[in-house]
Amino acid sequence: MEEILRIEGICKSYDKVEVLDHLSLSVHKGEVIAIVGPSGCGKSTFLRCLNALEPIQEGKIILNGDTIDPESRNIRVIRERIGMVFQSYELFPHKTVLQNLTLAPIHVKKTDRREAEKEAVVLLERVGLLNKKDNYPRQLSGGQKQRVAIVRALMMHPEILLLDEITAALDPEMVREVLDVVLSLAKEGRTMIIVTHELLFAKAVADRMIFMDGGRIVEEDKPKVFFENPKTDRLRKFLHSFSYEEN
Amino acid sequence: MGFEVLLKGNNMIRLLGGLCTALRISLISAVVSIFLGTVLGILLTTQKRVFNICFRIYLETIRILPQMVLLFIAYFGVTKVFRVNLSAEASSYIVFSLWGTAEMSDLVRASLKGIPVIQYESSYALGFTQTQTYIYVVIPQIVRRMIPLSINLITRMIKTTSLIMMIGIVEVLKVGQQIIEANRKNSPNAAFGVFFTIFVMYFAACWPISRLSKHLEKKWVN
Amino acid sequence: MSIEVMKSYFPRFTEAFFLTIRIGWMGVILAFVIGLITAFTVQWKIPLFAKLAGVYIEIFRNTPLLVQLFFIYFGLPKIGIRIPAQIVGAVGIGLLGGSYMAEGFRSGLESVSKAQTESAIALGMTRFQVFQYVVLPEAFALSVPAILANVIFLLKETSVFSAISLMDLMFTAKDLIGLYYNTAESLFLLVLFYLVMLLPVSLLGGVVEQKVRVRMLGD
Repeated sequence: MEEILRIEGICKSYDKVEVLDHLSLSVHKGEVIAIVGPSGCGKSTFLRCLNALEPIQEGKIILNGDTIDPESRNIRVIRERIGMVFQSYELFPHKTVLQNLTLAPIHVKKTDRREAEKEAVVLLERVGLLNKKDNYPRQLSGGQKQRVAIVRALMMHPEILLLDEITAALDPEMVREVLDVVLSLAKEGRTMIIVTHELLFAKAVADRMIFMDGGRIVEEDKPKVFFENPKTDRLRKFLHSFSYEEN
Repeated sequence: MGFEVLLKGNNMIRLLGGLCTALRISLISAVVSIFLGTVLGILLTTQKRVFNICFRIYLETIRILPQMVLLFIAYFGVTKVFRVNLSAEASSYIVFSLWGTAEMSDLVRASLKGIPVIQYESSYALGFTQTQTYIYVVIPQIVRRMIPLSINLITRMIKTTSLIMMIGIVEVLKVGQQIIEANRKNSPNAAFGVFFTIFVMYFAACWPISRLSKHLEKKWVN
Repeated sequence: MSIEVMKSYFPRFTEAFFLTIRIGWMGVILAFVIGLITAFTVQWKIPLFAKLAGVYIEIFRNTPLLVQLFFIYFGLPKIGIRIPAQIVGAVGIGLLGGSYMAEGFRSGLESVSKAQTESAIALGMTRFQVFQYVVLPEAFALSVPAILANVIFLLKETSVFSAISLMDLMFTAKDLIGLYYNTAESLFLLVLFYLVMLLPVSLLGGVVEQKVRVRMLGD
């Protein structure tokens, strides 16, 4: 599998507080990586550094040969190649679902409106929301909005998709419908980096699990090993905090 | 440019005296308004519908009419209709206090509404009475929000009291006019210097207060 | 209170009413324009002008309209700038209002959530596109309540126009009270005309505010 994203020793601090400490990672095409860890371990910040929403103080991020640098001129173009879905969906409230999906393709990729709408309709059908295409976000449930947000990111044909705790703000009944979409994307070979606390889901979808703590990658494994035979104590404790058994 | 007239005699002192008159009326009205407004605001959130509706009418009427109109009604109207001789100054105090109370009560009511019902409920669940809930739980939470808002109301009141010259009270603008009139011959350009000075005086009175309010807002509403 | 007397005063009040409305709304529109320009100048930090805009806002938000009008109408002619009363009225409202509107627009711009901007950036939009398609529409919707409140405030402020010899509603009322002593009738009409001037704006504005909030922000 070819390497699509290389992250080398990135360091980041906020006001003298170190948030990411020499993180390195290599992501391959078609791979699904799930990152878990306690609150404040830096996993969301890490994701936001990947599409240059946050600057890094040290290190390199390279996407298929192109360095990602928030200061550079072509960062905007690189962002077209990295899709991101947020915890709070962030659909544009003043636009319909269809307009939300076609806004960026039309104005950024300069796609023809009709082409963009055709593609949007196909994708909406795939996630079961075609009948909502002319609705406004306020008329949708959380799970529906998040599915639309995923489609909106896909409309830009990204090489890699970043999912930042996309089910954290959802009612439990709606988590499933969103995770089903992610599963189907994984099956069709999308490269994705997922930050989540849905451990069972991570186990089902990930090719590689990463445990972060204190701004560092503490353990990195295939899911089976990660969950059944954690190598580090920290990971063992973390996993244990999710179960209610005595031991 | 007419500034020299300010250095003559006690003109500057008279101007400052006029400013004091205006400030006196506005600050006293402000204090009364803040106090009564808070009480009224709390009452509005607790009492029955009829009470609420009556006071809503009072509030909306006072707020929709220009203060100038309210001053006229108090000064000319009350005097005529009720045969009570209301002086201009008394009219000012009454109008600004009524107006300020209306504004303040609305600010308090809105702040109280901002406290989620669940806060009240959890307090009652612990056994607090309604009064205790207000004193120990609710009001402490809105005080922080209310202070910059009250300061903002004070600034607005200082500015609005400039209207009192229109019903004859000798405040800073009227004094200014008198000075200009008295010096027609020897300082024909007095109007520029005098009104510019009054402009600066009002700015000097209001700006520090509004800066204080902004500073407090930044510090506390975080 | 005599209906006859009120009927006879009606024409004079009506004339004053239209004068006030004309100058008042001209001032409001001017305030709107000045406010927009000022808000953008400050928000985009245009060098020098942003500083000037800031000073302008502080000066006009901290001084009463009456003092501003006196200075412009009586003071400026002494250094050669002579402006007719009606224009002074409109300009006064415009300058005062502009500073309030600027604050209203600016607070709308700042209220657009960072996450909204970020999701647009994440889609690859340029800064300008983000501003045009996401920030501007949402900021506009967020500033409507403040702008509406300012419009009503400015229309009320027109009540000082008689200080610069404009024959507005207050002038007419005072004149009639002074000349004919029909205080009750005069005041009644005064209140009536101001209500006619302000209530529709307030009510209509409330409806517009509701609609915009729902349509643009999904509240």
